[in-house]
Amino acid sequence: MSVDTQAGVSAATPSTGSVLEIRNLHVSVGEGDDAKEILRGVDLTVRSGETHAIMGPNGSGKSTLAYSIAGHPKYTITAGTVTLDGEDVLAMKVDERARAGMFLAMQYPVEVPGVSVSNFLRTAATAIKGEAPKLRTWVKDVKAEMTALEMDPAFAERNVNEGFSGGEKKRHEILQMRLLKPKIAILDETDSGLDVDALRIVSEGVNRTRAEGEVGVLLITHYTRILRYIKPDFVHVFVAGRIVEEGGPELADKLESDGYAAYVKDSNEQASAERAALEVGSA
Amino acid sequence: MSPDTTSTTTTSTTDLTTDSADLAGELFAPGVGAQAGPPTTPAAGTGSAGQASPGAHSHGGAAPSGAVPTGSPAERFTSLDPDAFGVPTGREETWRFTPMKRIRPLLDGAASDAHLTWVTDLPEGVELTSVDADDPLLKGLPEPADRLAALARQRSDGAAVIRIAAEAQLDRPVTLGLSGTGSDEVVWGQLVVEVGNFAKATVVLDHSGLARYAGGVAVLIGDGASVTLVSVQDWAPGAVHGAQYDAVVGRDATYRQVVVTLGGDLVRLVSNVQYSGPGGSAELFGVYFADETQHQEHRLWVDHGVPNCRSNVKYKGALQGEDARTVWIGDVRIRPAATGTETYELNRNLVLTDGARADSVPNLEIETGEIVGAGHASATGRFDDEQLFYLCSRGIDAETARRLVVRGFFADVVQEIGLPELQDRLMRVIETRLGALPGLEEQPVEQAS
Ligand SMILES: Nc1ncnc2c1ncn2[C@@H]1O[C@H](COP(=O)(O)OP(=O)(O)OP(=O)(O)O)[C@@H](O)[C@H]1O
Ligand SMILES: [Mg+2]
Repeated sequence: MSVDTQAGVSAATPSTGSVLEIRNLHVSVGEGDDAKEILRGVDLTVRSGETHAIMGPNGSGKSTLAYSIAGHPKYTITAGTVTLDGEDVLAMKVDERARAGMFLAMQYPVEVPGVSVSNFLRTAATAIKGEAPKLRTWVKDVKAEMTALEMDPAFAERNVNEGFSGGEKKRHEILQMRLLKPKIAILDETDSGLDVDALRIVSEGVNRTRAEGEVGVLLITHYTRILRYIKPDFVHVFVAGRIVEEGGPELADKLESDGYAAYVKDSNEQASAERAALEVGSA
Repeated sequence: MSPDTTSTTTTSTTDLTTDSADLAGELFAPGVGAQAGPPTTPAAGTGSAGQASPGAHSHGGAAPSGAVPTGSPAERFTSLDPDAFGVPTGREETWRFTPMKRIRPLLDGAASDAHLTWVTDLPEGVELTSVDADDPLLKGLPEPADRLAALARQRSDGAAVIRIAAEAQLDRPVTLGLSGTGSDEVVWGQLVVEVGNFAKATVVLDHSGLARYAGGVAVLIGDGASVTLVSVQDWAPGAVHGAQYDAVVGRDATYRQVVVTLGGDLVRLVSNVQYSGPGGSAELFGVYFADETQHQEHRLWVDHGVPNCRSNVKYKGALQGEDARTVWIGDVRIRPAATGTETYELNRNLVLTDGARADSVPNLEIETGEIVGAGHASATGRFDDEQLFYLCSRGIDAETARRLVVRGFFADVVQEIGLPELQDRLMRVIETRLGALPGLEEQPVEQAS
């Protein structure tokens, strides 16, 4: 009952901020004996209006975190919770998560042959809004966003991501975010593979969304260069499946000059200590 | 086998009642399941030789006789005499996939006067006539390659002929609406499409209704002509359709064939292409959608016998329901004389439910090293999980996402027809059929403990 009331209130007053809460999230990939734990207890809270940057070395589990929140079937959540405004995200199907206000700009967007971008966008917008957007304003909105992202209108008639260059795929992800207006947007390395101009264009797209409404952004990146365009409020260092340090924007600069070496070393020591403890415990 | 003869055959039989879960997800992945480029391993033998027998002879005359090196793959047997093939038992290479009981009427060969109802639309520059069995035109056609085709040629006792004048530029497609009347008797038919030099035309054969139909189609394409033949099999349930389609592609001519098989109980189409002069191009497109108990078989045979020709094959099929069955055989042969050949063939099958089975056998025989390129790809599987996830992650429910993907899967080929009205009609048929999909199971979501 109380949940219903809350949902009603937040729908009526959209300015009421959203909050994504990740608690002690453990995730593994693979089945049975091949199962491998990738996330080892992630805690993170993202509120609307906030921008969080997650930085960490290759293979540390950043995409795993993003995909797990979005509900990719490859990942198994073994412990922990993810809630959006108190609602259990992990109990939702993939499409329900998106309709609840989650959005993931993927590191490697998927090609869907035979499905045109315009058909895809309109189908998605209809699903998210619960009704088909009015054709005239919709076409205008799509055109305007494509122009802002400096995408050729011809993309609308192409098949989803098919034959798109790396940078074009990323712009297409941001186009979707612009049109679907999520509460929480997770951007998984949207900056990688972009040249300087594209990086600026894409960043401006993200910033328009930030300026417009109360979106919470989780920005996964390797590089500080995007953080010069999109100013994070918080920076998290992600190593070996968990957040090992948190700070403000200044932490990003420190990472740029020092790298992850210190954290990786710490984390390795901790992991072996944990293993030792486990062995003692089970003996 | 001569050292310069190479061959690859990839046989993939997917029977999802047993197991092919590991095929899931690879369906649309570019290059997956593909074997591209000239193969390097000489094959010990292939399943492509057809019904070779002593005294077999080459059909059509596209291949320079006498130039065939010893040890080349056996020639495919062709004959005008149905009895020269014997009566198939179902064990023959060419018949082993076909449900013999259901095709039997088309192999028994009982004479009949049954006809399809024709509704024709003939633009200016097109003539529809008929010729007798002894007309020289028929003597020059590629010969039948199996008993069914030989019976169709013989029993039809002549042929209907569509003549498209040289240099004609038609303002609309030639359309033959061919509908079955429900008769149990076999309809024997032979159609010849003669396309004059430098003409440009589209011919649509639109099959519907209930019939048992054995109908040969030969398309003779003049030099520099460009023709698209669309054959729609939108038969009523219970229909049986077997046919051999031949195309003889003239010098610098372009042939496009789009085969769309949706209806009927059993459809078995053999499409052969040969080139009568250099510089020809053939594109063979096909889509098929088999429901419960439907058998849809498409066998292709592209014979490169002259230099500098191209062929491109793209067939896509979907299957749903118990005992839905599809067979795709793609044989391409590049003879020693066919230098400068460029060929690629692709077959993809999307298995939507348990209990359906798709066979896919691409086969490439290459007898000269001097080619531009040759390759084939074949993949059979379920939905691509990554595509589903991508669409669902944008709020689209799993069932709509699946429909979008299948629709896109087919649209990719259907749009090759180039006739928007027909394309829309076919996509509507496909969509209706998709709607009949039994409640797609919910997408698995890993739950927190
Ligand atoms: N199916 C799988 N089986 C085993 N390991 C896997 C599987 N899928 C992913 N992994 C591993 O999970 C780890 C985390 O991968 P993830 O993609 O989340 O890293 P990332 O931090 O996003 O890296 P990058 O910066 O390179 O994008 C990697 O070591 C990866 O190899
Ligand atoms: Mg990653």
